Amino acid sequence: MGALRRVHWGPHLVLMLGVLVFVFPVYMALIGSTHDVGTIARGDMPLRPGPHAVENYRQAWASGRGERVNAAPVSRMMTNTLIMALVIATGKITISIISAFAVAFFRFPLRMFFFWMIFVTLMLPVEVRIIPTYAVVSDLGMINTYAGLIIPLIASATATLIFRQFFLTVPDELVEAAKIDGAGPMRFFWSILLPISRTTIAALFVILFIYGWNQYLWPLLITTSRSMETIVIGITKMIGTGDAQTDWQIIMATALLAMLPPVLVIVTMQRWFVKGLVETEK
Amino acid sequence: MRHRGTAVLLAVLLAFVTLAAGPGLVPSRAQGRAQIEFWHGLTRPLGDLLEKIAADFNASQGTYQVNATFKGTYPQTMVAAIAAFRSGNAPHIVQMFEVGTATMMSAKGAVKPVYQLFKEAGVPFDASIYLPGVRSYYSSADGKLVGMPFNSSTPVLWWNKDAFRKAGLDPNKAPATWEEVRAAAQRIRAANAAPCGLTTAWPTWTQFETFSSMHDVPFATKANGFEGLDTELMINSPLHVRHLQFLMDMQKEGTFKYGGRDSAGDALFPSGECAIITASSALRARVLREAKFEFGMGYFPVYGDVVKGTPKNSVIGGAAFWVMTSPRRTAQEYKGVAEFFRYISTPEVMAKWHIDTGYVPITHTAVTLAQASGYYTQNPGTDIPIKQLTRSRPTKNSSGLRLGNMPEIRVVIQEEMERAFQGQQTAKQALDSTVRRGNEVLRRFQRENTGQ
Amino acid sequence: MQRRVVFDNRVLPYLLLAPQLAVTLVFFFWPAGQAVYQSVMRQDPFGLSARFVWFENFAEVLRDPFYLSSVRLTVVFSAAVIFFAMSSGLGLALMADRQIRGGALYKTLLMWPYAVAPAVAAALWFFIFHPAIGIVGRGLNNAGVRWDFVLNGSQAMLLVILASAWKQVSYNFIFFLAGLQSIPRSVLEASAVDGAAGGHQFWRIIFPLLSPTTFFLLVVNVIYAFFETFGVIHSLTGGGPGKATETLIFKVYSDGVLNLHLGSSAAQSVVLLLVVILLTAVQFRYAEQRVHY
Repeated sequence: MGALRRVHWGPHLVLMLGVLVFVFPVYMALIGSTHDVGTIARGDMPLRPGPHAVENYRQAWASGRGERVNAAPVSRMMTNTLIMALVIATGKITISIISAFAVAFFRFPLRMFFFWMIFVTLMLPVEVRIIPTYAVVSDLGMINTYAGLIIPLIASATATLIFRQFFLTVPDELVEAAKIDGAGPMRFFWSILLPISRTTIAALFVILFIYGWNQYLWPLLITTSRSMETIVIGITKMIGTGDAQTDWQIIMATALLAMLPPVLVIVTMQRWFVKGLVETEK
Repeated sequence: MRHRGTAVLLAVLLAFVTLAAGPGLVPSRAQGRAQIEFWHGLTRPLGDLLEKIAADFNASQGTYQVNATFKGTYPQTMVAAIAAFRSGNAPHIVQMFEVGTATMMSAKGAVKPVYQLFKEAGVPFDASIYLPGVRSYYSSADGKLVGMPFNSSTPVLWWNKDAFRKAGLDPNKAPATWEEVRAAAQRIRAANAAPCGLTTAWPTWTQFETFSSMHDVPFATKANGFEGLDTELMINSPLHVRHLQFLMDMQKEGTFKYGGRDSAGDALFPSGECAIITASSALRARVLREAKFEFGMGYFPVYGDVVKGTPKNSVIGGAAFWVMTSPRRTAQEYKGVAEFFRYISTPEVMAKWHIDTGYVPITHTAVTLAQASGYYTQNPGTDIPIKQLTRSRPTKNSSGLRLGNMPEIRVVIQEEMERAFQGQQTAKQALDSTVRRGNEVLRRFQRENTGQ
Repeated sequence: MQRRVVFDNRVLPYLLLAPQLAVTLVFFFWPAGQAVYQSVMRQDPFGLSARFVWFENFAEVLRDPFYLSSVRLTVVFSAAVIFFAMSSGLGLALMADRQIRGGALYKTLLMWPYAVAPAVAAALWFFIFHPAIGIVGRGLNNAGVRWDFVLNGSQAMLLVILASAWKQVSYNFIFFLAGLQSIPRSVLEASAVDGAAGGHQFWRIIFPLLSPTTFFLLVVNVIYAFFETFGVIHSLTGGGPGKATETLIFKVYSDGVLNLHLGSSAAQSVVLLLVVILLTAVQFRYAEQRVHY
């Protein structure tokens, strides 16, 4: 422990610098949500919070009620988005982990071909194929349905890639031990592989949840009813591009409200990152 | 752990199956009404106001229901409409920005012209209720209304009265010519009444499109593209070069600041940074909310030596509504669209929209109604946009533009301007380059739309 | 690239792969095929008049001088973004991994930026760095630096590089941290006992053990830099001033969605797709020798 104690100040400095640089914009959003729009637009926003926090947050939360009759309330959008994000994250992890398991722990014809097939999906951006993808979804009758919203998003190449990477590092002894015990592959999967994949699953859950949470382009295209709006659509709706005035303080307040569930997920999942729970301690 | 894992997996799979097989989230539509899908690209709060108009229409009758949905910015709404059209479920109405007009008009077969809609539906409609400049923008060359005008704005001059006062200028007199604008900006900078003198938003819309219109010079051949797809740009004329050089000179002497593309320059006026700006009339709501100074709205400036007498009218910006076809459309649905269009063009709806949003009232009757309500007397300067739009009969140069791929041409203009402002080329080089590149864009549009 | 010890089943792997393959085939390959087909067509946006033009679109694209300068820009941009994003992510993860007070707080705070919606993040950067109304933008100008990314191409490039890297650091941080956390304590302690300190321990022990994660992140970061940075550029500079920040992906989007040149955009995507596949294949090949499993 002696070696570690000596450099205590180093990490703190680096970390604080990191927090400063990387969290600064988030901090500015927090500050921005407590001022009135004039102050922000004039560029007079100071580094300290302002007096308008309560009214801004109240307006952000209640937006949708009142005389602006036709907007979805924030609470509704958050619920929607929560369901979507949860299903997307768990769905992606489930599908990817079994695919990666297949690719890493078996030998079969076309193995790497299938892997590349999955992998190549990352390299053609969605904007380019959005019109034909819409056509496919439409032909399947899935426009404006949860299925149409979620299923096209559910095949994740990144999750498959990272699981595969991780599975390749699993010591051979574990597999051999399982075979010797007469355990089949699925038994090995449940009892041995899943537990040691914990940190990876946790990290991926955070990433995929937030990915699902921040979905904008696809839900926008696929849904035509306000009840399906995601929170990010709600926020982007407020960012005007031209003739409209932009309520920056409300946008930032809403954005911070929208960040709460992901942050909650981050904080909860952090426990799973802690070393002590990892069971491959020898 | 084993049992927990299985349980989780089962739960997920169950959720999957339920969702995939379950009913779609089609919202409860009113029973028996013909459904009309209306996609728009207006963000809040304007989008909310638009959706309220649709809701009011729904409440006023029991036969049709208009469902207004926000589909993203105008380009995204366009892509959504295209994707939907290609899949056979285009929305009934789609809102498209003015620079997409040529694209919509060329999509014969995908778009149903408005005059045809009204005729077939048997709904009486008189296009002459619209202000001439508005009507001409969205009509074909033979004067038939193709798109349904709705939210239009026009550029005006905004000035910071407090800064003028501080610089020893008459705060109540708007500079009317470019020479006066420059002189004012110089005084402001000399007295340091504001960090910057003049700036502009929407540089192409203001300094080129509106500029050409008001000076009665062509932006492009073939009546600005109305008369044919084989049009070519003409914005490298001596007058245009003179104007770009003018701005470049002002920038060099520190009286003009390039504010950025599209609406980026808007931010510089209400913040007090720049004392004079040429921007949309619709900036008003923002200025009211954010500016901490007295301000005025004036006519868009012209060159005193070029324009004798009254300048021509300015051009509009904003968006219009377009009717899309679909194999599944029924005649009744089209009738519903026609009825909705008739509703939104009534003076009460138009006047209220104008007052609520700062968009221009585009029908004569709406203008009269707004006048009668005392709005203009209570808010001096708010009638400038209207006056500017109606001060002359539109000529071939001031009826608007009908150029394909206009958004792309705008980017070209902005790119060349930026190079010029950075000192990388002269005004003439910039505009010659613009015309060359812009013509390539126009030829491409021509090829794509005539199957050549 | 292949484990030494595997299971013998023949049918099971196909079953396991089936869900992902099914979704990928239906919702990616089928539409992607159509999108690629668009690259050999010339048509109006609504598809009302379409013509088969062989490789004209490709020829046009590759001949375009703007395209070539965009290639150069993209290389510079991507290299910078990947470098900043990965080194910062790794550095921060290393610091946060140690047993220090407030470690959990640091970790949480550093993960937050990832949760900010992309549109909002871009807007925030705009607000902070705008020369006239941004807190840092004004600060720079007041300090004598002529900061104006609206007219200065290199500054615009710097801004989009920083904004793009910023967004990715949290992502890299999360995975580097997870990777570090899964290195058994016993290994670290053993090496410490052996006298390995600080840098030595890092390069000889930690980095190699981290290499699967590093490899994965490198691949992901390349894809991020080439494809997902579009949003940042769109919100901050729109490709300007004067095309100074027009990367290849921005061109793809702007030609396809903004200008509705579906054929050209599809052709550009195909080229980009091939380039990235090549890059990734090279990375995989390289990894075979270097990455320790």
